[in-house]
Amino acid sequence: MSGNNFMKLSFAARSENEAFARVAVAAFLAQLDPTLEQIDEIKTVVSEAVTNAIIHGYDGRPDGIVTLEAAIEGDTFSLIVSDEGNGIEDLELARQPLFTSRPELERSGMGFTIMENFMDAFEAESVPGGGTRLRMKKRIESKKALFN
Amino acid sequence: MSLQVELEQHRNVLIVRLKGELDHHTADVVRFKMEDAILRGRCEHVVLSLKDLAFMDSSGLGVILGRYKLLKSRGGKMVVCDTQPSVKRLFELSGLFKLLSYHESESSALASLEVVS
Repeated sequence: MSGNNFMKLSFAARSENEAFARVAVAAFLAQLDPTLEQIDEIKTVVSEAVTNAIIHGYDGRPDGIVTLEAAIEGDTFSLIVSDEGNGIEDLELARQPLFTSRPELERSGMGFTIMENFMDAFEAESVPGGGTRLRMKKRIESKKALFN
Repeated sequence: MSLQVELEQHRNVLIVRLKGELDHHTADVVRFKMEDAILRGRCEHVVLSLKDLAFMDSSGLGVILGRYKLLKSRGGKMVVCDTQPSVKRLFELSGLFKLLSYHESESSALASLEVVS
């Protein structure tokens, strides 16, 4: 694929949109000719980020808006998942494996760990009361390039 | 995308077959169906059979961990079998295989529990 490409998508913070978000990003990613494993990784990352926005950002309020932005530059896939919800008081604590602010909801506390593991670069910005923005990147080596 | 939960009682073991996608949206149905079967049924142990589970995220890990704790408090065991590679990777990454043993097939999972009980 030549040149750069991007997409932006906003949707209601409803749990039924988690599957929609995964499929939308996977469809956009398809033009990089990723492996099945890479598609699974990106779908999992999207699911974690969107679920965090719905549960923690908006406390399940369906009038919240979650925004996905994805871009392709060469063989690099970039993803931004943002909300305008509660924000995170202590980002360092939130990134600790198994930490959860909502144990009563049976959250595993693995969301950030999974996102950091599955992507090559991961940054989180959050303003308490002003929302959260997760920026991630992953290099997708084309299957065609691997065969040549 | 939805999730189907199929339950089958085999002696004192509840076999739970999940088909589809297990995320935050579909986790509640797994929680309620398993909780109901464990609390009302005669099952001591659970086999989670995941051949047809195409997708799972950390919400799935949370609901599985929650049912594991319930079983453990009642003296039961939970084992996992037949997962897709992406689902297995999430179990490995989370360290859940330190609590739940893994088997390649339902029959070997059942056999491991029959030795226990």
